[in-house]
Amino acid sequence: MKFDIIGKRYWFFALSALVMIPGLISIALQGFNLGIDFTGGTLLDLKFARPVTVTEVRAALQNYDLENSTIQLAVSENIESSPNVFIRTHELSDDERRNVLSGMEKSLGSFDTLRAEKVGAVIGAELTKNAIIAVVVSWALMIVYITYRFEFKFAVSGILAIVHDLIVVIGIFSLLHKEIDATFVAAILTICGYSINDTIVIFDRIRENLKSHSKTEPFAQLVNRSIWQTMTRSIYTVLTVVFATAALYFFGGETTKNFSLALLIGFCSGAYSSIFNASPIWVTWKEYEERQRIAIKTRGAK
Amino acid sequence: MIINYYSDFIEKHRTRLGETYLKWGNFTKFAIAVIVILAFFGFYIVPLASSLKQGLDLQGGTHVVLEAVDTPEAQVDEDAVQRVVKIIEKRVNEIGLTEPIIQRQGARRIIVELPGIKEPEKAIEMLGKTALLEFQDESGTTVMTGKDLKDAKAEIGQNKATVVALEFSSEGAKLFGDLTTKNVGKRISILLDKTVLTSPVVNEPIPSGKAIITGSRNIEEAQNLAILLRSGSLPVKVQVLEMRTVGPTLGQDSKDKSVIAFGIGVGGIILFMLLFYRLSGFVANITLLLYVLMLLFALKMLNATLTLPGIAGIILSIGMAVDANVLIFERFKEEHRNGKTLRAAMDAGFSRAFATILDSNLTTLISAVVLFFLGSGPIKGFAITLGLGIVLSMFTAITVTKLMLKMLMHTNVFKNGKIFGA
Repeated sequence: MKFDIIGKRYWFFALSALVMIPGLISIALQGFNLGIDFTGGTLLDLKFARPVTVTEVRAALQNYDLENSTIQLAVSENIESSPNVFIRTHELSDDERRNVLSGMEKSLGSFDTLRAEKVGAVIGAELTKNAIIAVVVSWALMIVYITYRFEFKFAVSGILAIVHDLIVVIGIFSLLHKEIDATFVAAILTICGYSINDTIVIFDRIRENLKSHSKTEPFAQLVNRSIWQTMTRSIYTVLTVVFATAALYFFGGETTKNFSLALLIGFCSGAYSSIFNASPIWVTWKEYEERQRIAIKTRGAK
Repeated sequence: MIINYYSDFIEKHRTRLGETYLKWGNFTKFAIAVIVILAFFGFYIVPLASSLKQGLDLQGGTHVVLEAVDTPEAQVDEDAVQRVVKIIEKRVNEIGLTEPIIQRQGARRIIVELPGIKEPEKAIEMLGKTALLEFQDESGTTVMTGKDLKDAKAEIGQNKATVVALEFSSEGAKLFGDLTTKNVGKRISILLDKTVLTSPVVNEPIPSGKAIITGSRNIEEAQNLAILLRSGSLPVKVQVLEMRTVGPTLGQDSKDKSVIAFGIGVGGIILFMLLFYRLSGFVANITLLLYVLMLLFALKMLNATLTLPGIAGIILSIGMAVDANVLIFERFKEEHRNGKTLRAAMDAGFSRAFATILDSNLTTLISAVVLFFLGSGPIKGFAITLGLGIVLSMFTAITVTKLMLKMLMHTNVFKNGKIFGA
């Protein structure tokens, strides 16, 4: 008999909680580092001819009452200074932005504008609204599809596994204070897609085994068997996906870093939750139902 | 079922007739398929990939979302937005970019994309400016401006000729009366943003405040002129809601790095499949190349724009294509372990895994479709590649892989299950 995952399921639930709780606390206490896509504002990504320090940039921004802006240096060998600077401010009008840019050129020397973005607060609010709608709609459709192809309990267990993955990802992003932008929304939706895909494969095996299962075999044992039958596949698949995403994280550009980081965390969490959360939740539910039925029966017999 | 029985029947008899012929016939078919796919991949991958339309995040450029806002003098309505669009089209065309995009979004918004623009700040400033309409006499002196013009519309006049009918405000009527009286027989010019829209000849003095301009070739041309004339008369303000500029350096950098990341990701997956599934893995890799080729071709046919999130979508869909093969091969190994022959195990592997792949991929397709319809810009690009990828990979990873593996198994050359990864 292989290792009894279902028997130890409360340990695995506890492990999930252990990862989720710090994230949830962080979300409650320090919230998110929301990018201008959500808050509205102006972002300047500049590459100066020489390395500059945060203090220098802040001093240059002081002339425009922007010294409270977020200033970040891109990673370079030197920690103190870097030619590449990200500046995030409240929303500047086009004229203000032009003034700031020409002012910086005067005080800090010439630069190349890698990126300049301005997002109105309206757009940010719309993005949040659209993202929530997209998630809710896709979950509703998934529940319908899984209920049709499997059963309602599978659908709910699968969605709970997705909720787990999302909490893990946004929790870690909150903990690490990583910026959340529009592409993060795409990452979240991808993770939903991957997590359910991974879960369905195990559900499918349970469904297949259920067809030929004998009454004497308890649900727990059947599910355990199904999980182990699909284990190699679960591991291989997450390995390939994680490998491809890690390549994007390490070798891709600066603009896809946070996106691929979210995917990396999400894929690992998705693979974990498919094996250790989704099916175990289903078993727990099934067994609970069974107990209820027996309880009613024995009560009726008295 | 019937087909299976039939092919088994034929096979049995053929084997008796001449095994050597059969073996090498199938092997040749397989080898040709491999060579054709590899050749297509080798020849077309680079030209195909570079011919795809690139998003602003890859080639650099400016993306602007404008919104028309009410002013004390004017309320935003359909006509006002149409006029703004015309003005912007005219201004963008004057910059002379290849393939700029100007698009309406909703009731009040206009999206402008300016790929490869040199001076984005200047362009944005110009886009938002209120249009300036001027009437000049022959000497180039401005006599009246857009605020004196009340309306301009295309009409079918006498003799069925299309004309543009102008109506002036009471102030404008006086000025125009003056202008026309002084310039009978001469040309006056109407300018928008300092470029000449039209230079009609004054036939007679027009004091009534109503005039017509003849000479439009057709109704579209007249309408276009009328809209441009009106745009200078009712100043609706335009506000920049969103602006994103990606400099050409960053665009090139993102592109180069994504290509490298893509290459490493795919290379690693190919190596992995070869190590774990040997010959079956080799076949899966060949169909994976075919899949990448087909996906790029489909994107080209759909005239889709390739963006950074789009590339991420492709990478993810490759992972899913491989997943389909992993599912099939694992099932094949399992069936083979349970005592089935290689061919029977392979058949069972494909048919059993198919249901799994269908259910798991369809649920993912649901999120891709939802993203496509509810997402905007770059997220849409991601959804297109992911959705297309799922559909195409089901074809290559299942149908094509199966076809090629069958050819290979029928050669009878490889009798040892190990070589298929079992």
